[in-house]
Amino acid sequence: MKIDAKDMACEQLNAAIKASADRKIEVTDVVGQRYIATACSDKEIEIHGTPGNAMGAYLDGATIALYGNAQEATGDTMNGGEIDVFGSAGDATGYAMRGGKIFIRGDVGYRCGIHMKAYRDNKPAIVIGGRAGSFLGEYQAGGTIVVLGDEIGDKPVVGYFCGTGMHGGEMYLRCDRIPVTLPPQVKAEQIDAIPSDVKALVERWCKLFDKDVKTYTGAKFFKLTPDSENPYKRMYTSN
Amino acid sequence: MQTYIYPEYEVVRDRAKCVNCRICERECANGVHRFDEKLKVMVEDSAKCVNCHRCVCMCPVHALKIVKSDDTYKLNANWDNRTINEIFKQADSGGVLLSSMGNPNTYPIFWDNLLINASQVTNPPIDPLREPMETQMWLGSRVVSIRRDAEGKLVDTLKPQLKLSVPIMFSAMSYGSISYNAHESLARAASELGIYYNTGEGGLHKDFYKYGANTIVQVASGRFGVFREYLDTAAAIEIKMGQGAKPGIGGHLPGAKITADVAETRMIPEGADAISPAPHHDIYSIEDLRQLVMSLKEATDYKKPVFVKIAAVHNIAAIASGIARSGADVIAIDGFRGGTGAAPTRIRDNVGIPVEVALAQVDQRLREEGIRDNVSIVAGGSIRSSGDLLKAIALGADACYIGTAALLAMGCHLCRSCHSGKCNWGIATQRPDLVKRLDPDEGARRLVNLVTAWKHELEEMMGGMGINSVEALRGNRLMLRGIGLTDRELNILGVKSAGESM
Ligand code: SF4
Ligand code: SF4
Repeated sequence: MKIDAKDMACEQLNAAIKASADRKIEVTDVVGQRYIATACSDKEIEIHGTPGNAMGAYLDGATIALYGNAQEATGDTMNGGEIDVFGSAGDATGYAMRGGKIFIRGDVGYRCGIHMKAYRDNKPAIVIGGRAGSFLGEYQAGGTIVVLGDEIGDKPVVGYFCGTGMHGGEMYLRCDRIPVTLPPQVKAEQIDAIPSDVKALVERWCKLFDKDVKTYTGAKFFKLTPDSENPYKRMYTSN
Repeated sequence: MQTYIYPEYEVVRDRAKCVNCRICERECANGVHRFDEKLKVMVEDSAKCVNCHRCVCMCPVHALKIVKSDDTYKLNANWDNRTINEIFKQADSGGVLLSSMGNPNTYPIFWDNLLINASQVTNPPIDPLREPMETQMWLGSRVVSIRRDAEGKLVDTLKPQLKLSVPIMFSAMSYGSISYNAHESLARAASELGIYYNTGEGGLHKDFYKYGANTIVQVASGRFGVFREYLDTAAAIEIKMGQGAKPGIGGHLPGAKITADVAETRMIPEGADAISPAPHHDIYSIEDLRQLVMSLKEATDYKKPVFVKIAAVHNIAAIASGIARSGADVIAIDGFRGGTGAAPTRIRDNVGIPVEVALAQVDQRLREEGIRDNVSIVAGGSIRSSGDLLKAIALGADACYIGTAALLAMGCHLCRSCHSGKCNWGIATQRPDLVKRLDPDEGARRLVNLVTAWKHELEEMMGGMGINSVEALRGNRLMLRGIGLTDRELNILGVKSAGESM
């Protein structure tokens, strides 16, 4: 099914997507409509244009391919499914996601992967092709974030305050040195080879965006994990 | 040097009555009581006692009582015992003081300075036993646009509403902060009463999905347990922006309290810390809040009212005005005496304002701006009786949340040590041996009793005022008079002084 979103209000567009009996939906001419495919579980949606905030919020198994840039809060509290962004994404991408995958060809804004958590077999993942803004993986509690630093020139691969409040999960940064000071409860180690599950994520990213696999999987990465010796906590005394 | 702090309460055993049955020993999770094999008597260690009264209630011969110790430092109106002890505790540990339940300090309680009107002669009272009394209340936005369909018939444009048989709901208490049996008691009582309970931010246990029609689910910054089914199951969704006991502070449930079942419900790994910081890092403005409100509505097909819960703080009226324009259907205001499973003592005891003044100000501001009907208002943060409830409604609330009162009904004795996780009453604990002490049948029955009793009292007081529906009482401040309040306080509450006529 094809939907031309031109002049459609967001409620109208979302109602049309929900009402579609077809599994495959192509939406064209999207201009800022928010909450597209919210909580959607069973569709394959192709979007052309620029959707508004919270695309794929609470996504529950559906797949979204966006040919354009995403705004803020893409995949907020996502539970399952996949979002592929053939462009860049804004702030708070993947907020508290607990399942599914987000692949971004370009950059992400601030607070990407904040509150990301893992749950049982659900291991959420975000692969960022370019660079990430400040507060990447803030309060991260689980899951995997990969930043590939593709085509970023001399710019740093991550912004400031990377991993603030991180207490679970892992981040992989493709770079020769970490460009910023990490918070004390985050541990960084350089690794020569990424583990197989992360490799699979990078391969998927390469396939989606037509990149050379070896360039990205063969490179040096920094692996960031919470430092169990120095946990994120505050000391309380019972009163 | 570790400071010795003399116990604040002492366990007193009447040895003439005690039969050495050792029940108190088994009942106390804090290890206060012990049988001395040599002396063949029960002995006690008052230093471990939290004064939860479990042993006092269980002793078959009533041999026990707990008394306030008369040990004291040199009396000092400035440096009282509590203040001194807190300094010692911090000097010993270097820790942030942590407390539970509501602010226990002697701040003014405005409810106690408000008096209710009654009819005499000209406007006769109504006998609730004989005449119908309407305690039913609807929560939701009442703004409707007039639209007609092709045949000219009116289209129903009313936004989704929650129907309450009594204007009382059980406030948010998460599974994790309270036990499975406590949640079950609340859920069953809410179902039976035709009201609602609130999951708090810890997700909804699979076993309780069947009570969904009477469940409000919470969405907080950590988004624990939030997914499609959770939202679909609920009758309404509450976005938690703040909590009265700890405004500006988030929640941090340590990994040790995340048992397998709690982890399952929160949808996180067992033993992982559950951190839910005060700010939602995607909300910095009313416009951002609107986005979360609308994404939740979109996720649930615009079928459920969305609440926004905020702590009563100094600028509450302006904040509420923003929320009333955010697309939210209900604003829940939590006063600074509201309870908590754990909060830094200094925050609990010093931050926020009483719900009475917050409620009065919010209601007035929304009316002045002509947006009162955009939202319903729910007041919470220490509603202790049907008297407080009635006064809250007259000050402008559509309904009240009760938390501490509900816990008390289930057996809580307000020992304020929930953060220890060893609640002897099976409420604020995850220890299976303690949890089973609260029988959900009994818990639910006692909650139903409490709310039913308050309903009768509400009807009786309303009858006395000559008012036969809660709807007519709502915002009816002429039914209240202030006593012992300054002009300014009367102004802020929007009530006249006792003795002033209509
Ligand atoms: S429960 Fe009462 S009678 Fe039994 S040992 Fe304790 S104090 Fe004595
Ligand atoms: S819930 Fe339990 S621990 Fe908390 S105050 Fe009540 S009796 Fe004490």
